[in-house]
Amino acid sequence: MFRIVRKETLSEKIKLIEIEAPLIARKAKAGQFVILRLHEKGERIPLTLHKWDPEKGTITLVFQEVGKTTTELGTYEAGDVLADVVGPLGKPTEIERYGKVIVVGGGVGVAIAYAVAKAMKKAGNHVTSIIGFRSKDLVMLEDDMREVSHELIVCTDDGSYGRKGFVTEALKDLLDERRYDLVFAVGPVIMMKFVSKITAEHGVKTIVSLNPIMVDGTGMCGACRVTVGGEVKFACVDGPDFDGHQVDYDELMRRLSMYVEEEKLALERYLRNREVNA
Amino acid sequence: MKVGDRVPVPEQSPEERIKNFNEVALGYTAELAMEEAKRCLKCPRPFCVEGCPVHIKIPEFIKLIAEGDFVGAYKKIMEDDLLPAITGRVCPQEEQCEGKCVLTKIGKPINIGKLERFVADYVRENNLEEIPKVPEWNGKKVAIIGSGPTGLTAAGDLVRMGYKVTIFEALHELGGVLIYGIPEFRLPKAVVRYEIDKLKQMGVEFKTNVVVGKTVTIDELLEEYDAVYIGTGAGTPNLLRIPGINLNNIYSANEFLTRVNLMKAFKFPEYDTPVKKGKKAAIIGGGNVAMDAARTALRLGYEVIVLYRRTYEYMTAREEEIIHAIDEGVKFEFLVSPIEFLGDENGNVKGVKLIRNELGEPDASGRRRPVPIPGSEFVVEADLVVIAIGQKPNKILYQELPDLKVNRWGGIIVDERQRTSMRGVFAGGDAVRGEATVILAMGDGREAAKAIDEYIRTGKWPEQVCS
Ligand SMILES: Cc1cc2nc3c(=O)[nH]c(=O)nc-3n(C[C@H](O)[C@H](O)[C@H](O)COP(=O)(O)OP(=O)(O)OC[C@H]3O[C@@H](n4cnc5c(N)ncnc54)[C@H](O)[C@@H]3O)c2cc1C
Ligand SMILES: Cc1cc2nc3c(=O)[nH]c(=O)nc-3n(C[C@H](O)[C@H](O)[C@H](O)COP(=O)(O)OP(=O)(O)OC[C@H]3O[C@@H](n4cnc5c(N)ncnc54)[C@H](O)[C@@H]3O)c2cc1C
Ligand code: SF4
Ligand code: SF4
Ligand code: FES
Repeated sequence: MFRIVRKETLSEKIKLIEIEAPLIARKAKAGQFVILRLHEKGERIPLTLHKWDPEKGTITLVFQEVGKTTTELGTYEAGDVLADVVGPLGKPTEIERYGKVIVVGGGVGVAIAYAVAKAMKKAGNHVTSIIGFRSKDLVMLEDDMREVSHELIVCTDDGSYGRKGFVTEALKDLLDERRYDLVFAVGPVIMMKFVSKITAEHGVKTIVSLNPIMVDGTGMCGACRVTVGGEVKFACVDGPDFDGHQVDYDELMRRLSMYVEEEKLALERYLRNREVNA
Repeated sequence: MKVGDRVPVPEQSPEERIKNFNEVALGYTAELAMEEAKRCLKCPRPFCVEGCPVHIKIPEFIKLIAEGDFVGAYKKIMEDDLLPAITGRVCPQEEQCEGKCVLTKIGKPINIGKLERFVADYVRENNLEEIPKVPEWNGKKVAIIGSGPTGLTAAGDLVRMGYKVTIFEALHELGGVLIYGIPEFRLPKAVVRYEIDKLKQMGVEFKTNVVVGKTVTIDELLEEYDAVYIGTGAGTPNLLRIPGINLNNIYSANEFLTRVNLMKAFKFPEYDTPVKKGKKAAIIGGGNVAMDAARTALRLGYEVIVLYRRTYEYMTAREEEIIHAIDEGVKFEFLVSPIEFLGDENGNVKGVKLIRNELGEPDASGRRRPVPIPGSEFVVEADLVVIAIGQKPNKILYQELPDLKVNRWGGIIVDERQRTSMRGVFAGGDAVRGEATVILAMGDGREAAKAIDEYIRTGKWPEQVCS
């Protein structure tokens, strides 16, 4: 039984849920994820751990409504129960004392960036976080991010809040100014691709957290395979973190679009049924 | 009827069955089973028993069937095999019990598998089984990792010895390959669930959604339990290291079968998990897994070709499945090896480039090795490719467990009593053997249960289990 104890809406399409999952809460580390299934007919989807509380026995996830499953999950309220939650899966982010670290988060990726920034700060790093959103009304977790960072730069694409432009521009300015020891980036694939391009130019070690399609999350199916440094890796067990300079991002984007038609069909059907039932 | 003729098993016709996922072989009726049983010669030295890895008392149970005592026959089988409805369906009988039956010399062997299945189905469907009595708890606890046939068998034996048994399973459903791998049309899931329910009634506790190694560790289990049995199977697919392997719509057999069987993608969009539906499927491999993938693709509406590197005789799949696949219209191309996958401008697979082979010298397994013929390359068109070239043990359990010794390909090393290099930890089934069979996994489970009982009672553990 995985009961939702709290739910919040962070922005139009982004929601937060806190779930009772004591075994996972006890073991969770920054960068790890869970796989959940809403109900008997549901699919298994991966979501990264945003926060966890071993004493209370809960984990907190933040998700963006992009398709059928996340949209349906968005209708779940406190008190509702998820059929399955398994984890924590994947290798934790390698937290060490690197020195000066930049954590970059884009969109819903900020929720994941939060856990990593927090762990990096706790490990004694100087943490500068850059978080980006399309516009002001989508900005979320700003206070949380501020708490776990020494410096925080908020960007919006349209300039309606904070610095105008993409996170990559803010990143470039920082790297031009001085030397950093590590960059961690999580967000849309295209963002991670350009972050890695910039950090490669500056010769800064970069970790990215990849989000390929997954089924089991335990290394059993290979749906999550990505090419890193010319080798095939299973992101669920070998990752999800990888050396950003080695990842084949174009392949990842292509593989992520494998089911676009099916996903569209499933979402339309779901929304239609929901309307009829309402 | 001559002694050489088998009583045929009623089946769904090929035209009908490729449109559904229901079981193909319908099984014997009571009359047909008795008729087939009467063909048995009740050999004084029954070779069939030698062929069965767990030595079921075959002539004795067949005699009981001939006499119409189906419950008696069931009990006789259960002395050696706890899951006859399953082994009767999936054992490679032509290599085991039936392959050794004397009647093969003059005709067709007794259909031992279908008889075994019949009695188990008869007992289940008519509710004739009494749940075995479980002795009072002896105060000791055993943890089992993995709910495949080896874990289920060990649990069944241990709980009847008085142990408290908990099975931890990574997936959301119980049964291992029996549930996520072998398709419904070969092994109805209701059969597997019945066996699991029986164990539940006997007091076995099941915990799904627990990945041992991640959610809990073996060391933590050892603090709470007196012994641990690892039955985690061989779940990691081998993939080909050739160009184009990551093109879209190239699946491992595990992914393809998991989507369809476990996640019910054949009912998409009623169920949320999708699977690609296209025109031409190419399946690479020649074993049971390849046959299951091929026949699953067929049922999703694909035209299917199996690409195998050796010849028909070398295919490792059960004979019945190969015949069923052929009857259903699966095509085969033998003596070919893939060398590249070709994609279209969107990165979707559109074909498999192959090279023809000839058979050379025998390899370590005694089978003649396929040798490529230079210049023989050609392309088979396909918009779905399923790779079924074998699996190895999943390392998630022991990624961070240096004390557990494993061999070169990741198989857990055990001694003749299923003991691993860690005190109190036993292992068996595919996690030890690599991809093997259900009956061998069950045999290991039974052996492990005995060894676990002995260990817990005596506390004795050898100095060094394996070097
Ligand atoms: C390790 C990992 C961590 C993730 N963490 C988060 C997170 O914290 N918050 C968040 O909002 N999202 C996260 N995602 C992405 C999230 O899993 C997908 O958005 C979700 O599965 C979409 O499901 P859907 O049915 O709503 O959408 P669909 O309509 O099915 O798909 C929409 C998009 O999601 C991708 N997707 C579909 N199915 C899967 C799947 N089974 N696995 C992965 N991606 C899929 C598709 O490529 C597509 O781009 C993570 C993904 C991975 C692999
Ligand atoms: C498609 C297919 C068809 C087959 N057909 C036949 C056939 O016709 N006849 C035959 O005899 N054999 C067949 N086999 C082989 C047979 O299924 C296996 O030999 C047998 O299932 C092995 O049993 P097992 O209990 O060792 O492992 P499995 O059945 O693999 O079960 C292992 C279980 O452990 C779980 N697990 C793994 N790691 C962990 C972990 N860390 N924590 C918790 N749980 C974990 C897995 O999720 C799984 O449920 C087939 C196999 C496949 C894949
Ligand atoms: S368990 Fe398998 S090998 Fe043994 S008698 Fe039954 S079908 Fe034959
Ligand atoms: S070998 Fe064949 S005929 Fe003889 S006892 Fe066994 S099944 Fe019957
Ligand atoms: S999700 Fe199946 S192997 Fe990674």
